[in-house]
Amino acid sequence: MFTKIPLAATALTLLAAAAAAQNQPVVGLITKTETNPFFVKMKEGAAEAANAKGAKLLSGAGKTDGDNAGQVTAMENMIAAGAKTILITPSDSKAIIPAIKKARDKGVMVIALDSPTDPADATDALFATDNYKAGVLIGQYAKAALGNKPAKIVTLDLFPGHPVGAQRHNGFLKGFGLAAPDAKSNELGKDAAVLCMADSFGDRAKGQTAMENCLQKAPEVNVVYTINEPAAAGAYNALKKAGKDKDVIIVSVDGGCEGVANVGKGIIAATSQQYPLKMASMGVEAGIEYAKTGKKASGYTDTGVTLIAAKPVAGVESKDVKTGTELCWGKK
Amino acid sequence: MDILKSKLPPLGQLGPFIALAIACAFFAVTTERFFSGENLSLILQQVMVVGVIAIGQTLIILTAGIDLSCGMVMALGSIVMTKFAADLGLPTPLAVLCGIGVTALFGLLNGLLVTRIKLPPFIVTLGTFNIAFAITQLYSGAQTVTDLPDSMTWLGNTFAIGGTNVSLGTVLMILLYLGVWFWLRETGAGRHVYAVGNNPEATRLVGIATDRVLVGVYVLAGVFYGIASLLAVARTGVGDPNAGQTENLDAITAVVLGGTSLFGGRGVVLGSLIGAVVVGVLRNGLTLMGVSSVYQVLVTGILVILAVTVDQLSRKAAR
Repeated sequence: MFTKIPLAATALTLLAAAAAAQNQPVVGLITKTETNPFFVKMKEGAAEAANAKGAKLLSGAGKTDGDNAGQVTAMENMIAAGAKTILITPSDSKAIIPAIKKARDKGVMVIALDSPTDPADATDALFATDNYKAGVLIGQYAKAALGNKPAKIVTLDLFPGHPVGAQRHNGFLKGFGLAAPDAKSNELGKDAAVLCMADSFGDRAKGQTAMENCLQKAPEVNVVYTINEPAAAGAYNALKKAGKDKDVIIVSVDGGCEGVANVGKGIIAATSQQYPLKMASMGVEAGIEYAKTGKKASGYTDTGVTLIAAKPVAGVESKDVKTGTELCWGKK
Repeated sequence: MDILKSKLPPLGQLGPFIALAIACAFFAVTTERFFSGENLSLILQQVMVVGVIAIGQTLIILTAGIDLSCGMVMALGSIVMTKFAADLGLPTPLAVLCGIGVTALFGLLNGLLVTRIKLPPFIVTLGTFNIAFAITQLYSGAQTVTDLPDSMTWLGNTFAIGGTNVSLGTVLMILLYLGVWFWLRETGAGRHVYAVGNNPEATRLVGIATDRVLVGVYVLAGVFYGIASLLAVARTGVGDPNAGQTENLDAITAVVLGGTSLFGGRGVVLGSLIGAVVVGVLRNGLTLMGVSSVYQVLVTGILVILAVTVDQLSRKAAR
């Protein structure tokens, strides 16, 4: 008699747990890499949102930026494990499409985070930074900060063909007031005021090399656009060694905590801050909504971009370093 | 005429010099600023990290091995030495020694796995590449290490030779190359490296401890990766956990372009320096010309095929 009640209670608990687990929405998050602090933060945001709202989060990534096969494998494994929503930052905006189509045909909702697929409607929805706008903001800032001086621009880009690299670069040109391709273009715009374009691969040491080479070509440079904050740090190193760090305005994109600290140190003049945590938590919420109501997220949602600058300039709205530090991603 | 031919180095060794000369001449003619002391000194600084890694890679390739872990081990070394100095407050020389100790340890691991467990170097170093990467990311917490003592970046300083600033790190790189070149040519131990690469079985039968030579080569390569770590820190001023991701292929490219045979037993280590410089020259020259970096990659690929073809042809001719 006394043994039966605990047994029955245990059985009921297990059944309830199983039932709850069956109802628990499973969301898969696939980032480009495991190690880029941007994606680490995205994963943390997703995990927090999943915990808070009662979803189960599976996470995975490619090996390196550009590793499409790794992302395809992760997606297949997650769907097999019961994920009904996949959030993905696509490493290759075209190559991932067949895998996404297969997933959607199975009734899985696929949302792109941070960068779109090409074409963008291959996914149900897109939660991303408007990278073009991020470029426009820093272009506007650089123009205003430069004032009346003739512009001598150097751009340190990512590498050829990457949509995010193109959008930020072209947005920068547009914001600066120069002729630029529109947001859909994957080609880097050129202008007579841009004296040198080099690839930094978003890397500190390669950014330094790229800046050194461009300095040889254009020693009179006074504005440097950089694809992200590590490249900007490398560029600053090169300029400092050449004694030109005080004469050049460096602008960047990302808003990571290290980058914002560099704005505070005067290494970067202004940076466009983006919000990976927000992308991730919005994605998880959309996944829960889909699991509970069958309603899919759709369209493009801009997760916002804020200009962070130590010295505000007239006509361009920006927030200060203190605000930037509160909102930054990465380790503070 | 035959006496002259026997005195000239074979085409495989002259090739890299010719390629470098052609590239430099081309850029000197098509751009204004390529052929200046300042620009050339800059190129040497840009290649010094890969250049020193390539010394270790050359030694390993001479034994018919290969090392895919070199870049990641270099990154680990730079994180260890910078964190020991910045976080633990160790004096710079001790922190640097610890960093080099860690990279040498990885070399030992590679060497033991190749000789004791008899695993192919490609597979072994593919594994240690991943392990080194993971340890680097975990130990650094994916954070860049800043606020380093000045003594740690000392090799990044320059001194003037007749109006041109030459970096101390560059001088170190050249001295290391000359030292290894001499060691490989003139000492018994150095010549054993060639022997093991040429014909390990015959070498063993002659009484040379091939396993010891191999392990020694991998450990020595690890030491060079550690020195490269220090140069990377001196150049960028920080410990970067995301460094070293492409340096393995860059180093192998430098070694191949330099005329060393991937099949082992043949090659001059100075060629790897030329190979590294050629890549730097291409990158610098094409940027000065305003040409997209895609073409740099294309030209590098073509040169690699040419270099390996020349090596194959001269092997056939030697028989």
